[in-house]
Order: sequence, then C-alpha cells, then structure tokens
Amino acid sequence: MKVELTGIHKSFGTNHVLKGIDLAVDEHQVVCLIGPSGCGKSTLLRTINLLEKIDEGEVRLDGLLISGAGVDANSVRQRIGIVFQSYNLFPHMSVLKNLTLGPIKASGIPRPEAEAKAIDLLERFGLGDKVQEYPDRLSGGQQQRAAIVRALVGDPEVLLLDEITSALDPELVGEVLSVIRELATRGLTMVLATHEMGFARDVANRVVFMDAGRVVEAGPPDQVLRKPTQARTQQFLKRVIQGGRLSQ
Amino acid sequence: MTADRRDTQPVSSDARPVPPSILGNYFSQEGAKGALVAFFSTLGFFLLAIVIIGRSENWPAVQRSFFNWDIIVDSFPKVWEGFRTNVWMFLIGQVAIMALALVIAMMRSLKGPAFFPLRLLAIVYIDFFRGIPIILGLYLFGFGVPALRLTGVPGSAAFWGLLVVVLSYSAYTAEVYRSGIDAVPDSQRLSAASLGLTQFQALRYAVLPQAIRNVIPALLNGFVSLQKDVALLAVLGVREAVREAQIASGRDFNYSPYIAATLLFLAISVPSARFADWYTARDRARRSQGVG
Repeated sequence: MKVELTGIHKSFGTNHVLKGIDLAVDEHQVVCLIGPSGCGKSTLLRTINLLEKIDEGEVRLDGLLISGAGVDANSVRQRIGIVFQSYNLFPHMSVLKNLTLGPIKASGIPRPEAEAKAIDLLERFGLGDKVQEYPDRLSGGQQQRAAIVRALVGDPEVLLLDEITSALDPELVGEVLSVIRELATRGLTMVLATHEMGFARDVANRVVFMDAGRVVEAGPPDQVLRKPTQARTQQFLKRVIQGGRLSQ
Repeated sequence: MTADRRDTQPVSSDARPVPPSILGNYFSQEGAKGALVAFFSTLGFFLLAIVIIGRSENWPAVQRSFFNWDIIVDSFPKVWEGFRTNVWMFLIGQVAIMALALVIAMMRSLKGPAFFPLRLLAIVYIDFFRGIPIILGLYLFGFGVPALRLTGVPGSAAFWGLLVVVLSYSAYTAEVYRSGIDAVPDSQRLSAASLGLTQFQALRYAVLPQAIRNVIPALLNGFVSLQKDVALLAVLGVREAVREAQIASGRDFNYSPYIAATLLFLAISVPSARFADWYTARDRARRSQGVG
C-alpha cells in the first residue's frame, strides 16, 4: 500500500469537513476523487502531504506513519508532490527558477544538476522554449503544465492533483490532461480531485465519490460512473451528465 | 480554493496609461490648452501672493531678519558642513531601518505556536517604539545613556540619537513590510511548503521578494520623511544643519541661516519625493499591463 488513510477527521472551526475518511492507494494506481464542490476533496488531498493538519486518524506512506508528531513534514512533502487549481507558480521567478527552488533549497541538489533536470523535463512536456519566461507571459495551460513539471522535478513517489483543470479555459484543458495521461501510463502513483468525469473514466484505476466529508462509493470507474449503487452518487452523476461533462 | 489575482491573463488594453514623467503629469494631462491655463493660473496665484505679502506693513522687517542674502551666504559653509552630517545620518539610518524592520516583520509573520515568543517580542517592540514620541526617546537615550559613562559603549549623543530614530522608524517600517507580506496570497506560502521548503525558506524565497516589491513606494516615502527627521538630533546638540543654523542665527540675531538650511533640505527631499512618485506611477503602469 503506497498511501493509506484511516479514519481521517478534519474541522475548520465548527465546519466539520472530513468525517472519517478511509482511503488506500496502491503503488502505480491512479485514484480519482469526485463529488460536489465543498465535499472535502481538496482538503483530503492536502492531508496526504501534511499541508493540512488532521484532527484524528492516520496517514501512512509505504506503511510508515507520517501524520504523527516528530515527523519532518518538509521531507515528506519532497516525496509527495502536489499541483493546485490556480497553479501557484511564483510570479517573481522565471519558469526555471520556479522549478529549481525546491530541489536546490529543500533537497540540497547542486544548481547545475537541478537546472539540467528541469530543462530536460520542460522540453519533454513541450515547454522547452519557456525556460526563461516569467509565469505571467504564459497561457493558463502552459502555466499549469509548468506547475506539474515543478511538482515532478523532485521525483515524487506520489503526485496529488487538485482540480488542476478547473481554472483553465476549455480549449486549454486537453493539453494539461494529456500530460497526466502520459504520467499515468508511466506508472506514477496519483490521486486527483477532478470534475472531468470523462477523463476520470479513462485514466483512473479507482474512482471515489465523496459527499459531505464522507466516502459514499468507491470502485472501478466503470462501476462507479456507469452503474452507481448509491442514490447520492446517482443524483450527482445525473446532474453532471445534464451539465454535459460526461457522456453516457 | 479561489484563483488569486496573479492568475489572470495579461490584459492588453488599447488605452495605455501615459508613461509617467518625473514631474508627474501635471502639465501633460490636458494637452496644450490645459498647459496654458495651468501656466496663467499659477502665475496669477504667485503674483497675488507676492503682492499681498509685499504690502504687509512688517514685510521689510521680516525680509531683513529672514531673507538677508548676505547672512544666508555667510552662514552657508557652516550649515553645509552640518548638512553633510545629516546626509550620512539618514543614509546609514535608512539602511539600518530597512534591515531591522525586515527582521521584525519576519518575526511577526511566522506562523504556528512555536514562534509565539518571537511574534510577541515583535509586537511589544512595535507598540513601544510607535508609542513614544521620537523627541522623548532622544532626550532619554541621548542624554541618559552617555551620562551612565559605561565603558565600551559609545558616549556620543549622535550615536544614541541616531539609534533612537532608527528604532522608532523600524517599528513603523516593520508594519509597512508586514502589510506587503499580508498582501501576498496565502497560496504562495502553501505552494512553497508543498515543495518541501521550511517556513523560513518560504518567507525568504517566495513571499518576501513579492512583499518588498509591493511596499517600495511606501519605503521611499519613509525615506523622504527620515531625511528631515534626523534634524531632530539638533536637540542633543549634534552639529547637523539645523543646529549649525541655530548657532549662526544666535550670533547675528537673524533667522536667515534657517533659510540656508531649508534650501538644503529641499534640494534633497524634493527630488526624492519626485522619484518616489515617478517610481510608484511606473510600477502601477507596469502592473496594469501585466508585465512583471
């Protein structure tokens, strides 16, 4: 088991966001979290790399407890990459600097080595000519691809993707999803929160439907997305299909 | 999670802002006709002021005691010598203020219970030094500390006076930095943390460069203010421009040396203020064009 969450509870003040979540992710698996806005998908992702401190429960990485006291959260985060909905690139740094900041400062990799690797990855993802550009000179799709490369440059064992296409213009969604598809075929372990149901069906090994801080239904994509057994899943998917985000 | 303001695409606008000039846009805003109106109304205003002041019964006496050209020229070398002291004091002061204030602002911006003592220290410091008038601090430190005659401690009033000004200005400037830090979206810290950076590294590499850029106009404004406030050290007898003017004025029973000092202060602070305005306008124009 690569990542294992058991009994996760999380509240923000009086708002009980996660109400006892269990989730297991095998190595080389792609797990898609779906569900209505506010169901806790994003928060759940952030508990995995300890960006959110949990109130109750356990997070394990390779069987080792990482949610307890005495764990160096910064070193955990070097092993678990995350990409955000709004890219969150550093606007005052070139794309190259954005990519090498983590490896150089957090992992202590020498600059030439970090830069060579970053440039190599940028070229592989079609951003070879944007190495020295600043983020605000890139399109949304390019920025998001750069953010994905930034998360990859430290060789994470797990990649978390938090609604990474939600802030993009529709015509830019494809280029970002194709990057994720490629990563999936290479066997990277990924957990993604998404509203792209068609994409989830194609790329996921498992789909997890969440509602109001609980896992309602989980299973292979064909089962959860085509023949859901729970009433709430059925309702949600019906609305999604009416909205044109999933074809029958 | 909401998209923050950095995520918007560069907006290209047809109505590009006029590039800022060092004089601001006082003359260019309205075109040639506007410039003409501005010229005559300014001329009229000053003519009126001169006529009103010149017709005042006491003007000849005031002119003799404030605008005595010979005395201005005579006192100038001494005032100028004093003014050089002002210049090095505000230059050293400004550097010290920017460094100290940054440290205090960073202390105040660290999050988490472990850093509570540092935050508390920063808050107490800021409250204390913003709470006392500089002039009071000058009397207490400038006269008090040298009177202790501690060995190994500088005894000069200039040292302690400048220190008080630096400590006081740092309290204000720390708050300026903090406003800049607060203006950087939290998502930037989150993003830095997700790369495995420590909280301090996140602040140092991701947040502060953006924060400082946000507050450069405010820092420049503080610098203009500091240029004049170092003259407060005159109360400690530090022989800077105002003190020299005081001495010269006492010798001749004439206020004209103060005019010499005034001219020197204006010669530095007006260009500084124009530069601050120009920089602010240029920065705003760049941001509105979405160019980094």
